[in-house]
Amino acid sequence: MPKVTIDGIEVDAPAGSTILQAAELAGIEIPRFCYHERLSIAGNCRMCLVEVEKAPPKPIASCGYPIAEGMVVHTNSKMVRNARRGVMEFLLINHPLDCPICDQGGECDLQDQALGYGMDHSRYAENKRAVPDKNLGPLVKTVMNRCIHCTRCIRFITEVAGVPDLGATNRGEHMEVGTYVEKALGSELSGNIIDLCPVGALTSKPYAFVARPWELSKTDSIDALDAVGANIRIDARGNEVLRILPRINDDVNEEWLGDKSRFSLDGLKRRRLDRPWVRQNGKLREASWAEAFDAIAAKLKSLPGDRIGAVAGDLCDAESMMALKDLLASFGSQNFDCRQDGAKIDTSRRDFYLFNTTIAGIEEADAILIVGSNPRREAPVLNARIRKVWSANATPVAVIGADTNLTYPVTDLGPAPTALSSLFDGSHAFARILEDAKRPMIIIGQGALARPDGTSILAAAWRLAAKFGALTPDWHGFNVLHTAAARVGALDLGFLPGPEGKAFESLVGGGVDFLWLLGADEFDTMAIPANTFVVYQGHHGDAGAHRADVILPGAAYTEKSGTYVNTEGRVQRGFSALYPPGDAREDWRILRAFSDVAGKRLPYDTIEALRARLEKVNPIFATLSHLPRFGCSDQSGPVGDPNVLSYKPLVSPMQSYYQTDPISRASPTMAACVAAHTQPALAAE
Amino acid sequence: MDVVTNVGERGEPFEQPASFAFDAESEAELAKIIAKYPVGRQASAVIPALYVVQRQMKRQTGSAWVPVKGMDAVAAKLGMAPIRVYEVCTFYFMFNTKPVGKYHLQVCTTTPCWLRGSDEVTEACRKETGIQGWGETSADGMFTMTEVECLGACVNAPILQVDDDFYEDMDAQKVQDLLAALRRGERPKPGSMAGRQASAPAGGPTTLTTLRFAPEK
Repeated sequence: MPKVTIDGIEVDAPAGSTILQAAELAGIEIPRFCYHERLSIAGNCRMCLVEVEKAPPKPIASCGYPIAEGMVVHTNSKMVRNARRGVMEFLLINHPLDCPICDQGGECDLQDQALGYGMDHSRYAENKRAVPDKNLGPLVKTVMNRCIHCTRCIRFITEVAGVPDLGATNRGEHMEVGTYVEKALGSELSGNIIDLCPVGALTSKPYAFVARPWELSKTDSIDALDAVGANIRIDARGNEVLRILPRINDDVNEEWLGDKSRFSLDGLKRRRLDRPWVRQNGKLREASWAEAFDAIAAKLKSLPGDRIGAVAGDLCDAESMMALKDLLASFGSQNFDCRQDGAKIDTSRRDFYLFNTTIAGIEEADAILIVGSNPRREAPVLNARIRKVWSANATPVAVIGADTNLTYPVTDLGPAPTALSSLFDGSHAFARILEDAKRPMIIIGQGALARPDGTSILAAAWRLAAKFGALTPDWHGFNVLHTAAARVGALDLGFLPGPEGKAFESLVGGGVDFLWLLGADEFDTMAIPANTFVVYQGHHGDAGAHRADVILPGAAYTEKSGTYVNTEGRVQRGFSALYPPGDAREDWRILRAFSDVAGKRLPYDTIEALRARLEKVNPIFATLSHLPRFGCSDQSGPVGDPNVLSYKPLVSPMQSYYQTDPISRASPTMAACVAAHTQPALAAE
Repeated sequence: MDVVTNVGERGEPFEQPASFAFDAESEAELAKIIAKYPVGRQASAVIPALYVVQRQMKRQTGSAWVPVKGMDAVAAKLGMAPIRVYEVCTFYFMFNTKPVGKYHLQVCTTTPCWLRGSDEVTEACRKETGIQGWGETSADGMFTMTEVECLGACVNAPILQVDDDFYEDMDAQKVQDLLAALRRGERPKPGSMAGRQASAPAGGPTTLTTLRFAPEK
């Protein structure tokens, strides 16, 4: 490792690092606009100039200059200070002085660095240039006069998102960043260019003129709208979520966040359930908590345990599911299920339903097979990882299931699961690639499991993984990609039919007389027979609430402290950023309160006690955030006959990215996205 | 119709054609150009390919320019993202991203030409065509006049480039004659309008005049 001296501090930096990276190791800040550690180096803002001894006697852009043994760098000499001042003066020549009305104000790199490194006044008296604003769709607002041409947005959209829509057209004084031909950005990760923009040129359209950063209270949380479990920060003012931003977690989401997770927050204010409702004479009427509880208790007490059941939804925290399971189990019920899509998941072993390679582990894979999943829609941040490994190593990727537009080139193995057999017997050419791969990876989507031959596909995929060396003591290449944030947590705590429990079809098809839906909206609730008494506990007036006989208003993921287990099996905890609206309460509290009324008091009074119960049920809940990598020690596969595969095409469960759950369905912003991507002409109005 | 969001500072609206397809002549040219680059590096052909589009537009419509659909056709042909072609096409001044007149008058106004009278050339063009500002097209659609940077022919300054041809050693009278000829449909021979050979001195050799060669045997 070359040793360099930066401002008198000696530092060993890995060979090939740039001066800027070495300076970061030494703890020295170098101002920058265009450099971003997750994007390629552009070197066009010139803000990171430093002085290097025995190098050409001119300021050197440290972001693109590799270190060499014995290099002596000064980042605060007179020459450097002058150079920075000069660069800053040029950057500000065409930058409008509209900070008071700019949404970036208060969190603007240009503002901060102008204060730190710029001059105290401007010598420029001429006219500033004016650039027409661009329409990039319903999410990203542009004020192109403010653009300083750092090209971060162009590089992100091209390199990370893989949807090259943005570019720099014209040149010199007339250079403009945009799409040239007007169009909405076609990426599910487009919101990230708002975070990347160092100035106020790209800002959030829904958040425009809403708040200043210093007014917001910031709460760390976990995204619940897909199964990746992206780490987020919820910015709220009063009792309103104003924006959601990603937090950096290199193991999960790096620093990216999907558009649905970022922008569906306006759905949190609409169609909310804010008081209990009870159905009387066929019509729902407002009720008090006591009335609602009494109605449920009366029904529940009259029934034997095997006529009682519960379904958990996709957004639930582990605590509420545990409480509900304990509550109904005390009435003798074994009828639980969390698989609203009917996915055939073998829960006998944890690695049959986890993304075992881990998200960060994708970067080590050297061949990837995707079965029945569209990761671009189901988990855009995870898809960016696959793209990352593809762009680094040209990793071969093959897809079984129709959609191949995944932002990287794929080998299309056709839509039918029978392709698994032709890979197994080696009749397809891609079998050779899997055979030669040292660390092959197979990703099974819910589209492959939620169908009658799901168990066969699962077994066939396992058999394939075993054959091609994906299951070794130090590499586990068998992966299930979930779409629901609650799913793995529910499987881990056993929200599943007990030994005599009824299957999901029977649960919602009249097999029980009492059905408790915990935020379950993703199946045809109106098909539940009329004589089943339905309790809906959740936060949105969606499918479940329409069918309910009693509605208990719960909390959305931003309003409760909850534990979620992502598709990798990583246990993560979010904190509540605000209170639920009206009479709504945190879900575990509702269940705890009802257990008193029903005379079956749950043995926990605090969330800590409930979490202790969770850890007792499954010790995995004690491993917060920490996820040990493991290989596969047992090659015996899941139940199922790998030979009976059908020709029925595999279809991703997500046909639209933007509206997939009660929150995003209630969100006008998401509706605008759907309109922009399905009916571009209408959206332009 | 595609809405182009940056039409430059003089952004009068104009119509983009609804479609563009290479004709047989262009396809033949493209095949030759693309064959020059290694497989997988076809994108290197983007600049000559855009010229192919511009020439085809000239053949088909009489106006040498590159419409958005033409850039899209290049992108599809070379396997590039359309925006990468838009970037190249708008970067280079030689590609016209909006329609031009039948003759594209490109006046060099960089210092050597300016010292040698490019103002006079410009003024003569204005007078003959009725064009006022840079980038405008005459009312009859015959001429578009643009200001260009150094054309690299300073020894024969000032230069008036018409489409792809250099007319050198210009002055007001010569511009008048040239434009009149163009209007008649003639195409005067490019090169020095003062009649000198290439960039040799105007009145015959001025150096080495006393040089005596040995008599030929």
